[in-house]
Amino acid sequence: MPRRHSDPSRTRGRRFRERIFRGLTLLALVLVVGPAAWILIGVVARAVPHWQWSVLVTPTSGVGGGLSQDIVGTLVLMLGVLVVAGTLGVLAGIYLSEMAKPRRNGRPGAVLFRSATEVLSGVPSITLGFVAYVALVVGLHWGFSLLPAVLVLSVMVLPYIAKSTETALAQVPTGYREGAEALGMSPAYSLRKIVIRSAIPGVVTGLLLALAIAGGETAPLLLTAGNTSSYPTGQLLHQPIGYLTYPVWTFYNYPSDQAHYLAYDAALILIVLVMALLIVSRVIVARTQRHSEGGGG
Amino acid sequence: MALIGRDTGDVPVSPPDDATRRTVVFRRVADFGRSNESGFWKSAGWLAAALPLAALTFTVVILVVKAWPSILVNGGGFLTGSAWKPGNTYGATAHTHGVAHPLGSSYGAWALIVGTLQTSAIAVVLALPLSIGAAFALTERLPSWMARPLAFAVEILAGIPSVIIGLWGVLTLGPFLAQHVYPAIADHMPDVPVLRYFRNPVGHGEGLATSGIVLALMIVPIITATTRDLFVQVPALPKEGATALGMTDSEVARRVTIPWVRSGIIGATVLGLGRALGETIAVAMISGAALNTIAPNIYGTMGTIAAAIVTQLDSAYTDGTGFAVSALAEAALVLAVITIAANVIARTIITRTSRNGAPVGRAL
Repeated sequence: MPRRHSDPSRTRGRRFRERIFRGLTLLALVLVVGPAAWILIGVVARAVPHWQWSVLVTPTSGVGGGLSQDIVGTLVLMLGVLVVAGTLGVLAGIYLSEMAKPRRNGRPGAVLFRSATEVLSGVPSITLGFVAYVALVVGLHWGFSLLPAVLVLSVMVLPYIAKSTETALAQVPTGYREGAEALGMSPAYSLRKIVIRSAIPGVVTGLLLALAIAGGETAPLLLTAGNTSSYPTGQLLHQPIGYLTYPVWTFYNYPSDQAHYLAYDAALILIVLVMALLIVSRVIVARTQRHSEGGGG
Repeated sequence: MALIGRDTGDVPVSPPDDATRRTVVFRRVADFGRSNESGFWKSAGWLAAALPLAALTFTVVILVVKAWPSILVNGGGFLTGSAWKPGNTYGATAHTHGVAHPLGSSYGAWALIVGTLQTSAIAVVLALPLSIGAAFALTERLPSWMARPLAFAVEILAGIPSVIIGLWGVLTLGPFLAQHVYPAIADHMPDVPVLRYFRNPVGHGEGLATSGIVLALMIVPIITATTRDLFVQVPALPKEGATALGMTDSEVARRVTIPWVRSGIIGATVLGLGRALGETIAVAMISGAALNTIAPNIYGTMGTIAAAIVTQLDSAYTDGTGFAVSALAEAALVLAVITIAANVIARTIITRTSRNGAPVGRAL
């Protein structure tokens, strides 16, 4: 055996394979990160030369003008998702983490809810959009409007928010709960005053990422929000609402330069929006990690 | 801080005076709220937690109800035929099994199902080795000052909206591949079984190969992030032991690290597969959005179920009998069944073998 291992040709072969392996892992990383950079730089490079700040304040007219009604629309949709899915998702996460767990075996409901949440997170957004279109937009005669759009986006990100809330609550140190109980707080009071407060960074991170998903979604919005060149008025039904992914999807293959510029402008604004949400959530995570280390656990 | 719940005996901290007496109603309400706080959390939480189940049930019920006429008329032919013919929507109406539909309409989603499975298969085949390699480089090879920004770059890739990836795919990547990469492959492929599939014509960059590559990029972040977390969790001792026995890094990776977390990687891959199956907009932009065509070679244009739904729904509503919408509903039902099956398999694999690292299905 030792003879075989010291065989120089075999050692050389292993060394060679080792070098290939290292090269391949780095190549894989380059092939993953490279396209990300290519996409971002490509969009920025095509949008910036024709960028006009008036795009931010002018509504679309035909294939020209600006994108202001889509920007406002996307923000309104995100606000709606934050209110609807944020409230319900955080509540669902609290329930799954705090109230369903101790008696999980005794309650089939908790297990059922949890698996339903997981299955729902795997349902394609186009399926949800189709159902919303058939049942709400056409079936209930709501028309393309704000409410069905917010509902379908909320259902889409609800499992995500519930999951991130549940994870954040699970990471709250046991000592906090025990301390609260030792001080005589009722479970609900300690939940409100102690547990949720220390889980807030994780919850907020989940909310921000959910907003990023909702803001970048296209397919379900095409089937529920319609499109428009006027500003949202706050009307929930019967009035279409603009959103930033629409011009990208519609204008990219129009035979007019003006339309192409709008498509790339919208893409640029979307990227800035999503990047801002990602970076803010990153900063929150980094800050809370530093605090928890500084606080000594 | 007037009251601290019922347990402490409802003792006000300060005696009531005029100011507090005026707000006695509000105090009663607040008091009631506090003493029933636990009940409030429970019922509100229960309602919220029940919502996903309700939404899921609603989705399935609506799909089945809407798809029922199509299931009756098209029967098994829906899964085996590849003709997607709306018929003459302005002409006569025919009746089959008591269901009204335009004369000459017949729907078969075989080409769409094949397209969905093909693009997703290409995506997974490309994404899996890339993700494992990238995760390995991030956790084992690079110093943390390099690994951290690169990991964030992978996260950014997950966050880019799919419509932007589609825009890049159809206007930048597709033409680039069709001009510089596909010809190089296609010109040198011999005319033998299997490899014939890679021969000319290469088209203009819209089609199966480009869609698969773009889908791979979209699921790489999901698999990479999970695999990276899993690699970090592998204990150092077995790896160090293997190194001490004389294994090289690649041997440690192949014989210790990857087997240690194999099931987690499989689960993440199937989750990525679920996302690839359901991806709509990017594929609708890049695939050529065909309805009846199975790609003749790997570069050919084709369509997927998701892309067909988003591109066909408007025209489907011109069918006065509602039969076209019903066919789309059946397609959506098939897609939902395929995707949910993939997800359930993934969850089962993950939960059976590892407690940690179960990611959520969507991107990011």
